[in-house]
Amino acid sequence: MFYREAGDFKTTYTDDNQTFPIKFDRYRYYAVLFFAFLIVPFVINDYWVNAVFMPFLIYAIAAIGLNILVGYCGQVSLGTGGFMAVGAYAVYKLMTGFPEVSIFIHILLAGGVTAMVGVAFGLPSLRIKGFYLAVATLAAQFFLVWLFNKVPWFYNYSASGQISAPERTVLGIAVTGPNTSAWATYLFCLVFVTICAIIARNLTRGTTGRKWMAIRDMDIAAEIIGVDPLKSKLSAFAVSSFFIGVSGALFFSVYLGAVEVGEAFGINKSFLVLFMIIIGGLGSIFGSFAGAAFLVLLPVLLKNVLVGMLGWPTDLAAHLEFMIVGALIIIFLIAEPHGLAQLWRVAKEKLRLWPFPH
Amino acid sequence: MKTKLITAAVAAMVAASPAVAELTFTSLSYRTGPYAANGIPFADGYADYFTLLNERDGGIGGEMVNLLECETGYNTEKGVECYESTKDQGTLVYQPLSTGITYQLIPKVTADGIAMHTMGYGRTSAKNGSVFSNVFNYPANYWDGASVAINHLVDLNGGDLKGKKVALIYHNSAYGKEPIRTLEELSAKHGYDLSLLAVDHPGQEQKSQWLQIRRERPDYVIMWGWGVMNQVAIQEAVNIRFPMENFIGVWWSGSENDVKPAGDAANGYKAVTFHNVGSDFPIFDDIQKYVVDAGKAAGAGDQVGSVLYNRGLYAAYLAHMAAEKAQEISGNANISQADMIKGMEALEITQPLMDKHGLAGFGPEFSVSCENHGGPGLGAVQQWDAGAGEWSLISGFEPSDGEVIDALIKEDSEAYAAENNITPGC
Repeated sequence: MFYREAGDFKTTYTDDNQTFPIKFDRYRYYAVLFFAFLIVPFVINDYWVNAVFMPFLIYAIAAIGLNILVGYCGQVSLGTGGFMAVGAYAVYKLMTGFPEVSIFIHILLAGGVTAMVGVAFGLPSLRIKGFYLAVATLAAQFFLVWLFNKVPWFYNYSASGQISAPERTVLGIAVTGPNTSAWATYLFCLVFVTICAIIARNLTRGTTGRKWMAIRDMDIAAEIIGVDPLKSKLSAFAVSSFFIGVSGALFFSVYLGAVEVGEAFGINKSFLVLFMIIIGGLGSIFGSFAGAAFLVLLPVLLKNVLVGMLGWPTDLAAHLEFMIVGALIIIFLIAEPHGLAQLWRVAKEKLRLWPFPH
Repeated sequence: MKTKLITAAVAAMVAASPAVAELTFTSLSYRTGPYAANGIPFADGYADYFTLLNERDGGIGGEMVNLLECETGYNTEKGVECYESTKDQGTLVYQPLSTGITYQLIPKVTADGIAMHTMGYGRTSAKNGSVFSNVFNYPANYWDGASVAINHLVDLNGGDLKGKKVALIYHNSAYGKEPIRTLEELSAKHGYDLSLLAVDHPGQEQKSQWLQIRRERPDYVIMWGWGVMNQVAIQEAVNIRFPMENFIGVWWSGSENDVKPAGDAANGYKAVTFHNVGSDFPIFDDIQKYVVDAGKAAGAGDQVGSVLYNRGLYAAYLAHMAAEKAQEISGNANISQADMIKGMEALEITQPLMDKHGLAGFGPEFSVSCENHGGPGLGAVQQWDAGAGEWSLISGFEPSDGEVIDALIKEDSEAYAAENNITPGC
């Protein structure tokens, strides 16, 4: 009824090409932004930010990054954990090496460092594809974790091999270290998520994204119509690793504050982010958010229901949690192999035709 | 939309959790995951002791104990979630039983003004209370453990370790790396050769490390393992016929779970410990009567008297003693989180006190102060008797090498203070 293009007249090309051409979508988007920026920070507390929002936002950035590589460019990667570790260690070295520079810049630089590492590990993608590439990126995962464990320079020679984030401020407000307030860390992550999502969305709508998708759909055909596989594949690795690096940097500096590479950035992390985009929907920015929300929030929700409300033993709840999440993933993928984003797309299509479906 | 629904639902639940006016303790346990075999007995012992207090004494000083349990799975992210969800409910002291989670929580508890007790794990330099105001690691820490193990070897060799080869096989994590500095310093002092062998999480794959041990033939092997790594290491040692009496684990590598899978061949395996073993103490009669027979035992109730059960019990006992001390100092039965820290700083454990609570000779005597959060660092050596199926102490509680360790603690804690702009002081 109200969800349709009809009646929403566009008089310029810019208007015609905007991200959300439907008025309802646009308003919904503004409403979400308004809610996230101007309402949530006032009501949020430590539990909410540390258990729910921060992991959701940070994993959303990682999922966007991986989605660009896997969903848009078709290059399967299992190195996400390793690349997040690069971001985390890069930001740690920058924070401790140049304490006078803003943490905001450090996080972007950490993303840049990760982009370079990502390109280096993306080079094999020019020769190998599919499962073979997955194995090559798996090597990156193990190599990077081993490296950060082995070379003491990366953890500033601390006795335990842990890195911990010192206090850093943005505009005089602490965003890392122990004395942060919930709203500050939340907003700090939210700003990064918003910027990353907007950049990713626009990159994937433009020439770059079309090249990536051409490579994904059929690389030989893409090459014939003039897409340079070297440039597109490596740019996908660079952009994807940049986002993953930013998320790794935030994960360490703002969220956890202290990490140990094997535990925080192991192979499990790579799988977790990969599951997020598979459940959320490959090749969709919204899907990255939906997948991150599904895998971050569902366990917390189940824990609160089973232990907090029903008072079940914690071990039983933890085992059930695995079973329920696992079962839901399977059910979802059988019912909708293209993920949550596809459900969303179908819903929108139906809304457009409603109340006169054909 | 989905997100909002879920968050709304979670909000309702968090709001619904009841506010309590009792003494709240939180057990950050792990009954699932690769380290569950070791996490379960500890959590059971911890819970059973508080159940006993509630059933027998009506709580601590007339205040009932409310024990919250939160499953971490030995995972730092879940540990943070647990901490955030329980800190506002007035938890008096956190005992995370994970070095990784400890590192995460040190700055957080300090900022929130809550005590943390990392008994025999965590950050060793937290012994320096003037820097780590909220973190306690009495009665002994990792470096004490390393030193006690080396002292034991020195005793075995008539006071001289020169030219002996010692290998450390360790969990490749913050936990496993802790003793390396100490062992290196001690190697300079005693003149033994140290070789380091890292085992990656979770530790099921150790063939290459033991092949190296077989090739290098060290005289002694020290182990810093946890979870499934312990069992695998002991089995591998059996496979290469390494003499068990020359194989010493830290206290986290010395439970029944670790030695039983290797059967009789594990006979003679040693481990360092900071508390006594077995169930030959009067308190276990009370536990049987008030907890187990009443059907209130935590978990399956089959762990009573095992090494890690005793350790959980001891951890709860020390928390109980600190809470009593805090009640005594503040003159108030319903103590606050800040009172608890003062109670822990004034804690004094004596033999008569332990006698009174049915724990005669269970642990060493020690006292804590504001400067010294680690106690004297006494440790003993226990040995496994596979025939009888029990551990027994083969030495008394003896001090570690304070000269070496105190210098290391000073250095490490000062580095932490400088990094985090903390002005040391009491």
